[in-house]
Amino acid sequence: MTTKTLRTGGGLSLRYAPRAALSGLGLILLTLGVGTVLVCTGDFPMTPSEVLDTLLGRGTVVQEFAVMELRLPRVLVAILVGAALALGGAVFQSISRNPLGSPDVIGFGQGATVGALVVIVLFQGSAVATALGAVVGGVLTGAVIYLLAWKRGVHGYRLVLVGIGAAAMLTSVIHYLITKADLVDATRATVWMTGSLDGRDWTQFWPLLAVCCVLVPLVLGHGRALRMLEMGDDAAYALGVKVERTRIVLMASAVLLVAVATSAAGPIVFVSLSAPQLARRLTRAPGPNLAVSAVMGSALLLCADWIAGNAFGDRRLPVGVITGILGGCYLLWLLVSERKAGRI
Amino acid sequence: MLVESPSRTSAEPTGPGQSPKRRNSVRAVGLLAAVGALLLVCVLSVMVGAKPVPIGDVWHGLFQNSGVGNDVVIHDVRVPRTLLGLLVGLALGLAGAVMQGLTRNPLAEPGLLGVNAGAAAAVVSAIAFLGVDDVRDYVWFAFVGAAVVSVVVYVLGGSRSATPVRLALAGTAATAALYGYVNAVQLLDSAALDRLRFWTVGSLASADMQTVGRIAPFILVGAVLALAIARPLNAMEMGDDSARALGVSINRTRTVAMVAVTLLCGAATAACGPIIFLGLMVPYMVRAITGPDMRWILPYAAVLAPVLLLGSDVLGRVVVRPAELQVGIVTALVGGPVFIRLVRRKRMAQL
Repeated sequence: MTTKTLRTGGGLSLRYAPRAALSGLGLILLTLGVGTVLVCTGDFPMTPSEVLDTLLGRGTVVQEFAVMELRLPRVLVAILVGAALALGGAVFQSISRNPLGSPDVIGFGQGATVGALVVIVLFQGSAVATALGAVVGGVLTGAVIYLLAWKRGVHGYRLVLVGIGAAAMLTSVIHYLITKADLVDATRATVWMTGSLDGRDWTQFWPLLAVCCVLVPLVLGHGRALRMLEMGDDAAYALGVKVERTRIVLMASAVLLVAVATSAAGPIVFVSLSAPQLARRLTRAPGPNLAVSAVMGSALLLCADWIAGNAFGDRRLPVGVITGILGGCYLLWLLVSERKAGRI
Repeated sequence: MLVESPSRTSAEPTGPGQSPKRRNSVRAVGLLAAVGALLLVCVLSVMVGAKPVPIGDVWHGLFQNSGVGNDVVIHDVRVPRTLLGLLVGLALGLAGAVMQGLTRNPLAEPGLLGVNAGAAAAVVSAIAFLGVDDVRDYVWFAFVGAAVVSVVVYVLGGSRSATPVRLALAGTAATAALYGYVNAVQLLDSAALDRLRFWTVGSLASADMQTVGRIAPFILVGAVLALAIARPLNAMEMGDDSARALGVSINRTRTVAMVAVTLLCGAATAACGPIIFLGLMVPYMVRAITGPDMRWILPYAAVLAPVLLLGSDVLGRVVVRPAELQVGIVTALVGGPVFIRLVRRKRMAQL
């Protein structure tokens, strides 16, 4: 990776990698493009200029409703959820020093699901209560897995394996809760579990935006420290990084980001796993690639949502089905290729 | 590239005063005790339930079916359920032990390796696309799905050179992709969801003699094959070269082992849905008792796994009366901590 430095006359300087910057820019354009397509299409197609007019307050009532109430919030939620999941994944993969240490492989997704299902099945709770249940479940699971994997430090593979064990236990709890439910609740639970953007509106968007506004800059600000942590605790310490504090702050932020994204859209799988990986391959930069990963997550989720809406004729599938199938295949491919390269 | 093979998980109990002969007789007595425990659990499994049956009636019901009262409960419900638990436990215990011996990998376990998801994917396809609606016909589809996926994951995980992490991840990946598919089908067809949600838990509750009769031949053949390769598996734990030097045909052993595992897991999963961690826990505990000799591990696992399974089933019937906790949940809740302990104890970090 080549790094260039931008210097201003006043002595300020900004280091940046041209390839990473270019990738980020390309992904932002892709996100905007797919986002525009998603806002324009649907049962009531519109042209981009009509959408622009509507955004400026010059649309008809129908156009106003379609854009402002249905499509725009959905696209914005997708962008934030994708970014939050990908950022959480990048942090975890970096801390566990393992491309597979992603939140949905190591049980947070299942924890959030149990939290949400408890609310749905046992208390018939509202959508807001369900979302809260997911956050609580995800954060609790994160804390428990961290403590169980702790043994003179949290080592990558132990975190992954403890997480797989916890995920298996939580999965059986999920199945049990679904048998307890009547068919209506069971269907609601299954839809929730698949991860979907259907019917997402401003009530999901604002809390998500608030959390992202705090946590995304926090995580990005720790990017350099995280990169030093990848060299090992001792090296990072020697370079002046407060090792334990940095790790706790980053992990807590990542768990919260994933939990909040899950509460907004359900456990959408594999964005956390694949976005940082794809970002790394695209930028060819070592280290966590936090910002590019986040944009990659948004782009991936929007593309998956577009596929879910258009690839199966009249039926709209939830976006989680697409990310699940694509992501599972990607993970298998990753296993095979990493094995050939002798990395795992 | 396994740093710590299971053969070294527990030291061979070789005290200076213990001759091999004496050790074997101790193990034989232990095995007899295990069989005793199995009989006890079987009796409990017939007695305990929504309608408790006194021991005197059990005896009566077993040999004379008058067609009324407790006799019916015993004949139509409890005995098939107990027999199914016996068969499934035996199958999963043996399969786990063979897989761990074959891969030299303490985390090799049918439930973790995507076998369940494979069976679920096949069953949901049968329900949604072929219009199969009899629970007893699920068996065949589940069987094929479980068999295909167990082989695929084993190969993807790197067959014998698999590390625990790689094998577990291959299982996780396959599970994720297949459940994505299962979810998609369920969402498009809510009748399939209604049927499948009860199957995916892992339960013995719907047992009947017909199901028992269907899976018994597969499990018996699988069990015979598994027990037959105890000696070559022992040799292979020392490494391929040593095994070859001892005259073991490695490819044949591996093939027989995979056939046995597929028959055992497929039949067990087909009959009562996914039951996880049993195949992991039992060989792990057994190894601590018997040491690394497969000729003892296999019979011990075959006896103790049904003890654990039936015990979990009885527990599940009692703890949330009058409802039932499905046995798959009990084994997951009991087995999860064992798994995590195993992962923490071993130096998995270096694998």
